[in-house]
Amino acid sequence: MSLHTISVLVEDRPGVLARVANLFARRGFNIHSLAVGTTERPGRSRMTIVVDVQRKPLEQVEKQLHKLVNVLKVLELEPAAAVERELALVKVMAPAGERAAVTEIADIFRARVVDVSESTLTVEATGSPDKLEAMLALLDPYGVVELARTGRIALGRGAAGISGRRLRRVNGAATKATA
Amino acid sequence: MSFPSRPTGAQALIRSLELAGTEVVFGIPGGAILPAYDPLLDSPIRHVLMRHEQGAGHAAEGYAHATGRAGVCFATSGPGGCNLVTALADALMDSIPVVAVTGQVPTGVIGNDAFQEADITGVTMSVTKHNWLVTRTEDIPAAVAEAFHVATTGRPGPVLVDVPKDVLIGTAPFEWPDGVDLPGYRPTTKGNLKQVREAVKLILASERPVVYAGGGVIRANAAAELRRLAETGRLPVVTTLMARGAFPDDHELSLGMPGMHGNYTAVTAMQRADLLVAIGARFDDRVTGNLATFAPHAKVIHVDIDPAEIGKNRAADVPIVGDAADVTASLARELERAQGAAGGSPDRKAWLSTLDDWRRRFPYRYTQDDGPIKPQFVVERIHAATDGDATIVSGVGQHQMWASQFYRFSRPRQWINSGGLGTMGFAVPAALGAKMGRPDQRVVAIDGDGCFQMTSQELATSTTENIPIVVAIVNNGHLGMVRQWQELFYNERYSGVALTQDVPDYVRLAEAYGAIGLRAESPHEVDAVLDKALSVTDRSVVIDFRCDPREMVFPMVPAGGSNDDIILGPECTEPALDPAEAPIA
Repeated sequence: MSLHTISVLVEDRPGVLARVANLFARRGFNIHSLAVGTTERPGRSRMTIVVDVQRKPLEQVEKQLHKLVNVLKVLELEPAAAVERELALVKVMAPAGERAAVTEIADIFRARVVDVSESTLTVEATGSPDKLEAMLALLDPYGVVELARTGRIALGRGAAGISGRRLRRVNGAATKATA
Repeated sequence: MSFPSRPTGAQALIRSLELAGTEVVFGIPGGAILPAYDPLLDSPIRHVLMRHEQGAGHAAEGYAHATGRAGVCFATSGPGGCNLVTALADALMDSIPVVAVTGQVPTGVIGNDAFQEADITGVTMSVTKHNWLVTRTEDIPAAVAEAFHVATTGRPGPVLVDVPKDVLIGTAPFEWPDGVDLPGYRPTTKGNLKQVREAVKLILASERPVVYAGGGVIRANAAAELRRLAETGRLPVVTTLMARGAFPDDHELSLGMPGMHGNYTAVTAMQRADLLVAIGARFDDRVTGNLATFAPHAKVIHVDIDPAEIGKNRAADVPIVGDAADVTASLARELERAQGAAGGSPDRKAWLSTLDDWRRRFPYRYTQDDGPIKPQFVVERIHAATDGDATIVSGVGQHQMWASQFYRFSRPRQWINSGGLGTMGFAVPAALGAKMGRPDQRVVAIDGDGCFQMTSQELATSTTENIPIVVAIVNNGHLGMVRQWQELFYNERYSGVALTQDVPDYVRLAEAYGAIGLRAESPHEVDAVLDKALSVTDRSVVIDFRCDPREMVFPMVPAGGSNDDIILGPECTEPALDPAEAPIA
C-alpha cells in the first residue's frame, strides 16, 4: 500500500464530488477514504481523499484535479507535516460481565461510550488512523457488531492555509494553528 | 420582435448564444429541446438540420477547426445527447472548442426514468472539459457565457449545457453577465520569461535541434510566431498530424509529419536530435513510439498551455506553461536578442545538410503504373487539381495517413481530421461544418469507404441545406488500416475487414441524396473526374475512386515499437541508417 492524503478545496456545487471521484475511478485507483465538509468560507468545501496509488500516477491525477473547473486548490499532505484525524463509531458486544473491560479499553484510547444496550456498547473514538486501528484491534475479540468511520480529515501544520495565505481572522480573533 | 423583459428560458438561451457570437447551430430537435427551436426561428442564427446527432457534433467540430471559433450543436435529451458523446470525446482529445446544448426532461422528473431521459451531464463528464446542468431559468445566460469561456480559453475543448424543458419554458429577467467569474479556472497564458531565457540557452547550445510542433500551434493561432522562431534560429520543424499546415510543407526548414506513419526524415531527426522544442504537442504514443527509446539524446523544451501535459509522457528540461503564440513569440524575440549579441545563429549547416540528404534519400514513395489506382496518386492529383489550396478533411485510417503525407499543406486550418480519438465517420459531417465556417473555401473530404459509410447520411444535410462539398472516397473495399495490420502482424489472416468495393454503389448513393456521383476506375480517369467534380459548385460531389486494396501505408513504426525500427516499405531501396552511428554524418 502506498497511501497518500490529498486535500482538495472545491466550489460547493452539485456534481463536484462525482467529477473528483471520476478522475480516480477512470484510472482504476481505489479511494481508501474520502471526507467532504464545509470550510471557513461559505461556498467552498474541502475534500480529504486518501488514495492507494504510486507517486507518478498520483502526480498526473493531481494535475488533472487542478484542471477541473470547480477545483480551487489541490495539496498533498505529507503525514509528518499534517494533522490527521478520523472519527469512528464502534458497536461492540459487551454483555454485563464484559462491559467493564470494554469501557476500560475505550478509556485508554480516550474514547467515549455514547450508547448502551443490554448486550452492546457503542464507542465514539477520535484520533489518528493508527490509534483507531489499535483500539479496534483490542475491541475485536469482544465482537464488533458494526463499525462506521468518517474517513480521514487533515490540515497542514503551521500557520499557512491551503491557499498559501495566513489563516484569515474569524470572528475578530486570529485563529491559531496548533499541532 | 423586441426582446421581452422576462423572456422564456428558451428565448434567453438563443439570445445568449447570439451574444456569445454564434452564427450557426448544427442540430436535431426533439421533445425536451423543442422550446428552444421556437425562438430560433426569430434569430439570425442559422440552424443546420443534421441527420444524426453525431453528425451535428462533428459538424460543430469542423466549424471550430476551420474558424477557431466555438462550434455549437443542439440535441434533445436521452438518445440525442448520447449520440453526441463520440463527437465530444473527439473534441476533447483534439482540443476543439465545441458548445453542445442538450434538452433535458423537466426537473420534476429527473431521475425518474422519464421518457428520453439520460443523465447526460453524468454521461459526458469524462468527455467534456466541463458541463452544466441548468436548474433555474435565470441561470441560463451565465451558464452559456461560462460555457463559451471555458470552451474557447486555455486549452480549448468541448462543453455541454443541459437544460431541462421546464427551465426552457419558465420566464425570468435576462441578464447577460459582463464577465465570467470562475475562481477555479484561470489558465496561464503568459510564459515565464526566466524559463523562456533558459530555453533560448538550450537552443543556442544545441547542434541538432528540432521544433516539434503540435496541434496547439493551430489552436493558439501561433503559425506566424512559429515561422519566426524557426527562421530566426534556423530550426527544422516537424508538424504532427494535428499540426499539419502550422508550418508550410514547402518551407526549407519543414520536415513534415513525424510519428507512426511519418516520413523517415521527421522521425529520424527527432531520434537523433539533441534538443526538442515541443510547442503545443503532447508526446502522443503515435508520435513517440516506445517512449523509452524515443529521442534518446534530446533535451526537451516543452511549451504547453495545459500544465498536466508537461512531464506526462516525457520529462521536460525546460517546461514553459503558456499560450503557444505568446510563448513562441517570446522565444523568437529572446533568441533574436541573444543571437544579435552573439553575432548570428549557431552554425546549423551540418545538421541541415544531413536532413536534406535524408529527405532526398527517403521521400514518401509509391509507384503508379497502369494497374489499379494508388490512393497516394489520388491525393497528389487532388492537391494538383485544387492548387494546394483546398481545405482537406479526412476520416481515420489509411486514407487519412495518405492525405496527410501527400497533400502539401501551406496554411493553418487547412487540414481537419480526427487525430487523438481516431473517429471513423468524422469526415463528411466535419467537412459540412468547415464549409459553413469558411464558405469561401473549397472543402474536400478525403474519406475511406469504411469511414464514409458511418456518416454518409449527412449527404442529405449537404443537399437540403445547400452546403456543397467534394467527397473523394478512397474505395479499397476494406477497413484498410486494420487489413494492413492483419497483413503485417497477423500472418495475412484477414478477419472482419472486407467491405467489398461495390456495396453500396457510391455513385447511385450520391445521386439518391441529390449529390453528383462520379467514379474513376483507372489512373487515367483520375484527373478528368477531379476536374469534373471541381467544376461543380452548387451541390456536393461524391467520387468513388476504385483503389488498390493491397496498398499499404509506409513508412510505419509498429505500435509500441521503437522509432529506430521504422519500416520503410517495399518501395524504398535505401537501407535505413544505423541508429548507433554518429547523428551527423
